Amino acid sequence: MNPASVPHSPLRAAPVPLPEQPLAKWLLIAVAVLFSAVFLLLPLVNVFYQAFSSGWALYWKALSEPDTGSAIRLTLLVAGISVPLNAAFGLAASWAIAKFDFRGKTLLLTLLDLPFSISPVVAGLLFVLLFGAGGLMAPWLEAHHLKIIFAIPGMVLATIFVTFPYVARELIPVMQTQGREQEEAALTLGAGGWRTFWHVTLPSIKWGLFYGIVLCNARAMGEFGAVFVVSGHIAGQTDTLPLRVEKLYYEFDPAAPFAVATLLALLAVATVVLKAFLEWKSRRET
Amino acid sequence: MSIELKNVTKRYGQVTAVEDISFAVTEGELLALLGPSGSGKTTVLRLIAGLETPASGGIFIRGLQVNGVPVQKRNIGFIFQNYALFKNMTAFDNIAFGLKIKHWGRQRVVERVGELAALLELESLLQRFPHQLSGGQRQRIAIARALAPGPDVLLLDEPFAAVDAQIRQELRQWLVRLHQDLKVTAIFVTHDQEEAMEVADRIVVFSKGRLEQIGTPREVYETPRNEFVARFVGVMNVLELEVRASVARCQELEFPAHGLADGQKLRIGFRPYAVQVSGDPAALRYPAVLRRTYFLGIMLRLEIETPGGLVIRSRMSKEDYSRLDLADGRPISFQIRAYRVLSKEGDPLANEVAATHQMPPSLGEGI
Repeated sequence: MNPASVPHSPLRAAPVPLPEQPLAKWLLIAVAVLFSAVFLLLPLVNVFYQAFSSGWALYWKALSEPDTGSAIRLTLLVAGISVPLNAAFGLAASWAIAKFDFRGKTLLLTLLDLPFSISPVVAGLLFVLLFGAGGLMAPWLEAHHLKIIFAIPGMVLATIFVTFPYVARELIPVMQTQGREQEEAALTLGAGGWRTFWHVTLPSIKWGLFYGIVLCNARAMGEFGAVFVVSGHIAGQTDTLPLRVEKLYYEFDPAAPFAVATLLALLAVATVVLKAFLEWKSRRET
Repeated sequence: MSIELKNVTKRYGQVTAVEDISFAVTEGELLALLGPSGSGKTTVLRLIAGLETPASGGIFIRGLQVNGVPVQKRNIGFIFQNYALFKNMTAFDNIAFGLKIKHWGRQRVVERVGELAALLELESLLQRFPHQLSGGQRQRIAIARALAPGPDVLLLDEPFAAVDAQIRQELRQWLVRLHQDLKVTAIFVTHDQEEAMEVADRIVVFSKGRLEQIGTPREVYETPRNEFVARFVGVMNVLELEVRASVARCQELEFPAHGLADGQKLRIGFRPYAVQVSGDPAALRYPAVLRRTYFLGIMLRLEIETPGGLVIRSRMSKEDYSRLDLADGRPISFQIRAYRVLSKEGDPLANEVAATHQMPPSLGEGI
């Protein structure tokens, strides 16, 4: 008897799909759309509305103020240092976790998540306690005339801490699904470590890596709490864009804080667009 | 002597994956490493490749010990179970990868890739990416990629496990033909005893990290060294018998057991082809009913059931089947022409005993 010719037994039969319920479907869609509109889109639009409410001239004037210019430069500098460092670290960590077995792997994974679970303010405070006046490292730093807290090095450290997991977290699942076989194949064909990395590993994770970097960058530029604690708020010296927005807001300027905020909002929009593009790109290539 | 393993042991933490394995592969041979999953056969292949390092023992390629030689320098071609093609490269670049590492000139690379593409019928696929190819095509690209730099030995890890039955048959023939044409030493891992029998010159049977037997397919099938090999290579009926008055029995089946004490337990095994079947319920020694017939190509497998409920497998050609006028559900009779006393697993086996027609009628009767 050919099993294929046996009629479907009731046990094997596919479950009958629920009849379509248009009311429930549209209700759910309406709730989701309404929620996003009120909580996400409306505030975003409002930022732009407020920024331009007093006209282009004022908007431009707020952006061209020297202190704002300095905040832009500082934000770019901090992100420019911490994002590449975290990208390199994230690559190394995800490679180690995905491709090797070693003692303490779970511990490393848990440590990676620490910055996600710790309040940024507390993170900033940790650095103050470590490097600040009277901190653990203070005598050594003073002896060498190094200033970390209330200066740029402290802000870079705090930003690195907060954005530490983004690249690694993005790459670990990508590397785990790829497995080791492609690398092993390259080795059996005579390729050395560097060649394998540049020609085999990196191309196969590039979209995941870009995505991780984009997210890491957005967070690095937008970080407030940790940087707030270590920066010392010196206008024109240690104010990044988010700190500048806050300061302007408390100066009761009607348009300036919103004008500077539009820069951060634009960064957010660009990040979301890039994210969508990268997801589309990586889906298309697998 | 192309490849030799001497007392090789590999451990993962507390687990011993491979224990004290020694065997030699001759130049130009096609060898199968056969065993169930977890038997250590893939580990042995990866040890030869250099993808794993042995805890002890020596691995030799062409007489040179390669224990300390890294993978890159062993000049082996490895074919992975899931192909492991470079996803971001075209078929051409995949095949050319090993050649570029050896700094071949552009012209020579193009020629060599073309040569292999012709051999494996891949010419029209060279500009495609792996995700645009079928499983069988990917496997052929993987074979071409491994062969391109001219390896001393080709190592294949379950090469046909991930493709469907028809393609698998086709790929097996590719492998045999390639092996004949290129005279390259090849070792492949499989859990499919039929595949090993069909393709290999010799078979190495593994179980639980140990080498159970090495020999030609015929040797392994006809003179298995122990019960594990006998049961794993080919189908075998196994019965548990108990001795009473010099007769070992399992339900109505009886076998002579001279010199064995009453109450002793005994295991015997016999191949399906040793079970002779007649359509006449009274013609042969034991009556039974034909329960079910399985079609295995030109051979058929029969499941017959004794009145006591024992199920025994037999095997015959289609011609014999129709000549005997058999059908599912019909009463028949059968006898066992040859069997083997199986000791405990791992112990050496006794020789096969012919038990045909000479079986003394007195033996079972009157007891």
